[in-house]
This record gives sequence, C-alpha cells and structure tokens, in this order.
Amino acid sequence: MKQEFTITVYTENQIGLLNRIAIIFSRRKINIDSLNTSPSEIEGIHRFTIVINETEDVVKKLARQIEKQVDVLKAFYNTDDEIVWQELALYKVSTDEIAEKVKVERLLREYGARAVVIRKDYTVFETSGHHEETDKLVKVLEPYGLIEFVRSARVAIIKASNGFHERLREFEQTDPGEDVIENEYLGKQGEVFTM
Amino acid sequence: METLEITKDKTALAAKVTTSITGSQAVLECFIAEGVETIFGYPGGAIMPIYDALYDYQEKLKHILVRHEQGGIHAAQGYARTSGRVGVVFATSGPGATNLVTGLADAMIDSTPLVAITGQVFAHLLGTDAFQETDVINITTPVTKWNYQVTDATEIPAVLAKAFYIAKSGRPGPVLIDITKNAQIQKFDYEGYITCSHIRSYRPKPIVRKDYIERAAKLINEAQKTFVLFGQGVILGKAEKEFKQFVEKSGIPSAWTILGLSALPTDHPLNVGMLGMHGNYGPNVLTNECDVLIAVGMRFDDRVTGRLDKYARQAKIIHLDIDPSEIDKNVKTAVPVWGDCKETLPLLTSLLEQKCYPQWLQRFKDFQKEEEDVCINNELHPSTEELTMGEVIHLLNELTKGEAVIVTDVGQHQMVACRYAKFNQSRSNVTSGGLGTMGFALPAAIGAKFGAPERTVVAVIGDGGVQMTIQELGTIMQSEVDVKILILNNHFLGMVRQWQQLFNDKRYSFVDIASPDYVMVAKAYGISGNSVGNREQLKDAIAAMLHHKGSYLLEVHVGKENNVFPMVPQGCSVSEIRLK
Repeated sequence: MKQEFTITVYTENQIGLLNRIAIIFSRRKINIDSLNTSPSEIEGIHRFTIVINETEDVVKKLARQIEKQVDVLKAFYNTDDEIVWQELALYKVSTDEIAEKVKVERLLREYGARAVVIRKDYTVFETSGHHEETDKLVKVLEPYGLIEFVRSARVAIIKASNGFHERLREFEQTDPGEDVIENEYLGKQGEVFTM
Repeated sequence: METLEITKDKTALAAKVTTSITGSQAVLECFIAEGVETIFGYPGGAIMPIYDALYDYQEKLKHILVRHEQGGIHAAQGYARTSGRVGVVFATSGPGATNLVTGLADAMIDSTPLVAITGQVFAHLLGTDAFQETDVINITTPVTKWNYQVTDATEIPAVLAKAFYIAKSGRPGPVLIDITKNAQIQKFDYEGYITCSHIRSYRPKPIVRKDYIERAAKLINEAQKTFVLFGQGVILGKAEKEFKQFVEKSGIPSAWTILGLSALPTDHPLNVGMLGMHGNYGPNVLTNECDVLIAVGMRFDDRVTGRLDKYARQAKIIHLDIDPSEIDKNVKTAVPVWGDCKETLPLLTSLLEQKCYPQWLQRFKDFQKEEEDVCINNELHPSTEELTMGEVIHLLNELTKGEAVIVTDVGQHQMVACRYAKFNQSRSNVTSGGLGTMGFALPAAIGAKFGAPERTVVAVIGDGGVQMTIQELGTIMQSEVDVKILILNNHFLGMVRQWQQLFNDKRYSFVDIASPDYVMVAKAYGISGNSVGNREQLKDAIAAMLHHKGSYLLEVHVGKENNVFPMVPQGCSVSEIRLK
C-alpha cells in the first residue's frame, strides 16, 4: 500500500550530492513530493528531508540505495505518525482589497497567519503547518486576488531520534560499534532502516 | 625535468619535507605510491599538462595509447579483472570523457575497480560552453561509485587516495576524477602521499553478525536439498579458497553466474554448471526444487532468475553479500549474511557438518545427461557440415587445457564460450555481464594481457562485436600486445537473430551484418591471421594461433543460423527452460 514517507538523510556537504540522491528517485520514475536540504544538529553535516508517496518495500530499497552513496552517512525513513513536521507558506495579496473586504484580524486568528510585510500596494502573510492547513488560507484569499503563493518543502523531526551526535562519533572511528552502525533493521524487522 | 623522488618516510613527513610540484606531477606521484604500473589512455587538450608530466615518468609508468577512449576504459577493465588491481584510464575533456561512459556503466554494473582521470577546461571557464567542455561529473554520476571535480591542485593527493580506496574497497566500482587544467598546471607543496583507509560516511564492509551466520548454518545443516549459487563476489573478495572449502565440507552442488565463472574449477565434482537464461538444465530446473538456496556474492540478475514470482518460491534463501542494498532487492531472503565473503565463508564453514548429497547430486547429473543428449553433444560434436561455436570452444579447451584467460564479447558466442570453456584457475573469464557491451572483448583482452602477462589471453568475439571496436587492432600493433583474437563469424548478429527467429516469426530485421576480410584487416595492422571454415583445418588453425609468437587473428566461419540452447524464454520461470 502506498503512503506518505519522509526520508531523512544525513550527509557530508559535497557538491553534486543533491544530484546523486535525486537520480536515485528519477531513475525509478518516482516523483519527489518535497525535498529540503539544510544544516543538521551537527556543524558540517547536512540533512535532506525528502517526501514521497510509495510502498514501504520501495522506500526501504530507496533508503538503501541512498545510504550506499559514499558521501551519505545515514538514511532513515518514517511514516507521518513517527515525525513532527512543518511547512511554511507565503501569500501576497493586494492591501486595498484585503483591508476593505476581509476581516484581517479574524483571518490572522483563525489561520494562525502572521503579516510579514504590509505596504500600501501589497501585504504578505505567512503561515506554517501541514499542507492541508496552509492550503486553507489559499482558498480564503483566492476570491480577493491572491497575487503570489509559495510553500516550502517539508522539514521534519523524528520523534524517536536521539540526534546524530553519538552516531557520528562512531562513524568517525575506524571500527565502529555494531549496535550503532549496522543491521539494526534486521532486529527490528524493517522498522528503522540502517546499514 | 627529472622524476621526483618523494619520500614516504613518516619521520620525514613529520619534519614537513615538502616539494613544490605541479598538480599533474602529483597525479603521477600518487599513482606510483598507489602501485599503479599501467595506464590506458588517450591525450587531448584539457589533459595535456598531465601528459606533459607523463613524458618524464615513462620509466615508472607504462602508458598504453589506445585508439578510442572506450577502448581505453575497457582495457582498464580487462586489466582489473585479471590482475585484481585497480585499472587506470586517462581521457581528455568533452568527447574524451563522454567516450568513457559506456565503460564506466559496464564497470559499475560488474563491480570493476577503476580510477578514470579526465581533463577538464580551466576552472574559470566552467559553465561557459568552452571548447570541449562537458559536464562530466553530472553525466557520470549514475555510472560511478564516486566522482569528484578537482579545481585546485592541493586537493589532488587526498582526492586520489580517496579515489583508489573507494574503487577497490567494499563492493568495488569505477571512480572518476575530473581535473581542471589550471589544477594540473598549478604548483603546490606536495607533502607526500597518504593512503586512505577510512572515510566516515563510507562503510565498505558491514560488520559480520555471528547470530546470522549461526542461523544460516542451522538452516544448511537441517536441509536435504541444498543448492549454492556463486557470483563474482567470490572472485572480488579473493575468497576462492574459502569458497572451495565451504563447498567441499558442505557437499553442496554449486552453480555459477557468468561473472562467477572460474571462481571454482570447471571440473570440480560439485560444480554443476551455469545458471540463467542460457545456463545448464539442471541448475535452472532444480532452483525450483531445492529447499535451501545459498547465494554467495551474486545479485539475482533477471538473466539469472527469469520470472521472479516463480523463482525458488519453495526455498529458504541465504544471501551472502557485501552490499546491503542487494539483500531483498530482487529476492526475499530468509537469512541475510552481510559481509566480505572472505570473512563470512570460513565462519559459516566452521559451523557446518561434513555432508554429501549423493541422491541430490545425481539429480543434477541426470539433467546433465539429458542436456548432453539433446543439445551439448550436437554442439560439441556436430554431425552437420557446418561448424558450431561449441566445437571451436571445445577444441580451444583441449589445446589450452583450461589455463588460458578467455575474454568474450556479447552475444551467442559469449553464451557458448561461457557454457563450454573450461577453467582451472580464477580470474580466467573476462566478459561484460551486466551491461552486455558489444565491443568489449578486443580492448578488454588487451588490458587482460597487461594484467596477467604470463598467461595466454584469447579474445573470443562475434562478427558484430569485433566491428564495434576493431580500431583497437592499432593498439595491439603499436604496443605489441600478445592477444589471440578468435572471431566466430556466423554472418549475423546472432543473438538478436535467434530471438527474431523464435519470437518474431523469423522477421530478420537488420541482423544480416556484412564483415570485412578480417585477415586482410589484421594484416594491414601487421597482425598475422587465418580464416577457416571446415572441420579438417580447425584444430590445426587454433593450434597455430596459440603457438604463434605475438598477436594473431583467427576467423572461424560457423553455421549461420545456429541457436544457443538451452534457453529460458523471457517472462518464463527458470524451470520452464527449453532444451530446443
């Protein structure tokens, strides 16, 4: 059964790695719903957050292919209930329109929106949340002439994760301990992916 | 300029003895420190500084000038396959680099350790569509284990150390290093070469877990009809001895993939033959009867498994592999044994009971008998006037006594050669398995000879494949490479023709390929040759080829419409293999 999975990848900061990871999906004709790259909890280590809609079997194989890349430290995959995630959205509307016809105060309260910029000609609102939530405000603003809309990729925190610090220390050793590095998946029957 | 002597002495390093050299010289110094002896390559504008430096290193590094970069990389593959070392190839930017792509893809899918060095335009010209500029890093990303662009000479020692380490460790593969011209020219303080043995984001060998080995041993000890499949992993892991001990103690019949061929001597009593589409009858049928299937260093390619949902469904599968992404990729495993088989096999063997399976082994022999009656005897001892590919290989076996390296191209002759060639030692079979690259054999044979100079190297090639890279006769001529070229000419692109006959109602669409006079072509390159088409002359002709001092080309005209059997038709299960 296909469902939404969030793949979290810890990597070295290496030019070309984004392409190396992206082609693992495109080669198999799998669409990436959302992709974010950012710093992680550790300086110098990058973190990719990739969202796809696939079966767990496919996701597990993808995670292994990702982790096989030389510059990738680790790839995890999680279902939505195993993570906390947010997306950020920005909305640009005409200030005249909005001031005249909309109860802005209600809008801000009801949708948790913030006004980022208010100018004579336009206003920019910001919301964050799951995309169902950020989409709602689009629906509300559309009748008043939504000039621009943009939503960011998903960023996600893994509920069960203790961060990467300890793992990295193990990775830096020539002979890492097996508990931290390998074969976790075997014991947990595919619950957590790890090499 | 004279060759630099750079000390690797640690105390000297500590004292920071540095020498100012160019990036190009650093590349060559790193090669020497890494033990490289032979480079295959072709010069061009963007790699000129490296070639200029090479001029002073001719005593220490042998450079083989090929006729096309694809020939260069296939030669490097052949070298890696017979020597067990990293093959090295040079090419210039743009077209030079793009000509490497087929070889990189071939090496990637067949896990061949290579380091390819490409020249690149000056760093300040990157992205300007400069002359002979192409985005080599992005073009080669899907077909390299790792690649990297160097724009500053100071990066070279560490990057090359990493390149060699990545290419040869774990599951080997090709690495490409693209070096901009400014970095090749730039002078910097070279502090000596430090071999790379650890990269924090890279785990070449999974840690061996004893509990899985114990589970595997238990399964094997309890099984009645056990079957071993072995692939190139045994050879890449240099674990032939360990594998033989494992097979002999466990007494399990063992069959090979075409890249696993020669890991176990062909005439070993437990070697039951070849797997897959044109493999042997017994191994294919009994795959669907065994109770425990042990796969060692192989990846369940579709040419081996046939229809996957009807593949060994009854069997519990134990998969020994160094690459975690291979486990469960195609076939669901009961017990995964991750790790280097050089380590895992002895651990497993030590837990096994000494056993033999006379009845089970007899099943393989019975199938073998049936296959001999229906196909093999007709192929090796034909009653027809036309020559068969099989009888040529049979005579070659007789005359080489299983000691030669046989390099094959792709197609019918490849399947026949792999089916019937006999090998006594490992690293004797060089072929393009995963990618199926026509044109592979001639250049690969050149490299194979440099990788194993003391051995006889015979390139068995079809009339289609040889015309794809025939220009490498020039390399053989100039570098005086002792390669025996055996062309099996059926005047067709035989494998495609066979499929058109069987599945497209004999609609022979563009498979009727004309050949030049190969003996004349060879002669033009100063290579002796002969062409035969009848049985009386065949053995003498092969013997003459083998005894000839230096390279030799022998063309054998074989039956035009012979087919390779047995065959597992596409979309069928391995047990539906057809004998005719």
